[in-house]
Amino acid sequence: MASKSIKLKAKAENGETTVKALIKHPMETGRRKDKESGELVPAHYIEEVVCSYQGEPLLTSELGPTISKNPFLSFKFTGGAAGETVELSWKDNKGGSESATATIK
Amino acid sequence: MNTNMKRRLFLKASLAAGTVGMAVGAGLLIPGTVLAARNTAAFGAENVGDALKAGMGSDAVTDSPEVKIEGPDNPENGAAVPVEVTTTLTGVESIALLVEKNVKPLCGVFYPGKRMKPGLSIRVKVGESSDIIAVVKTADKLYSARKSVKVTIGGCG
Repeated sequence: MASKSIKLKAKAENGETTVKALIKHPMETGRRKDKESGELVPAHYIEEVVCSYQGEPLLTSELGPTISKNPFLSFKFTGGAAGETVELSWKDNKGGSESATATIK
Repeated sequence: MNTNMKRRLFLKASLAAGTVGMAVGAGLLIPGTVLAARNTAAFGAENVGDALKAGMGSDAVTDSPEVKIEGPDNPENGAAVPVEVTTTLTGVESIALLVEKNVKPLCGVFYPGKRMKPGLSIRVKVGESSDIIAVVKTADKLYSARKSVKVTIGGCG
């Protein structure tokens, strides 16, 4: 489940696990103009990010284009132990999607 | 509200189905199958009130000390402003993040699962100096907190 666009890390500490995700994505709003051609760059952004822990849903999010380029997302959940896994996947407005799995440290 | 509830139910149902798929193999979660149709009304809304009505079911929000939003006062570059939302409220159904003066204020809506501690960090674009608003939805009400940020370079291209 290697993924080019997602860097996913999870660390368990004191009974809770911190998940950090960095997704490589342009997050174009559709309002920016190309400097050379002067034409609007079409919107291209992540719409949904889903994260789960051992298959159990942790977080479902709907995003808009006002999330920064290369979105970074971090949150905590209770439980989780080293060796278990968290999964994250995203989908963008052009139908692109990717997913990644990380082992909790 | 009604459609929102349906969405939640659908979400639960399809996630449960997803878990079975996981056991079978690399079924993983494919986001498209998890959420119902995207809430375009909320994301297309051009002011905070409309975005909240469409995204959270109501625009009646109460400022609450139990919701906290943190970020830099003066991030200079609005293209990536880190914000952190935390709350001590329980029974959180969803968390919305809005930048008041952006052309389309709604940045994202987050639905925490049972295990997740409600709260998250993310980076948003801020077009001009504005308040960033976090709205937390519990079973009965919407609670909010806001944080004013000053940007010198707008981040919405």
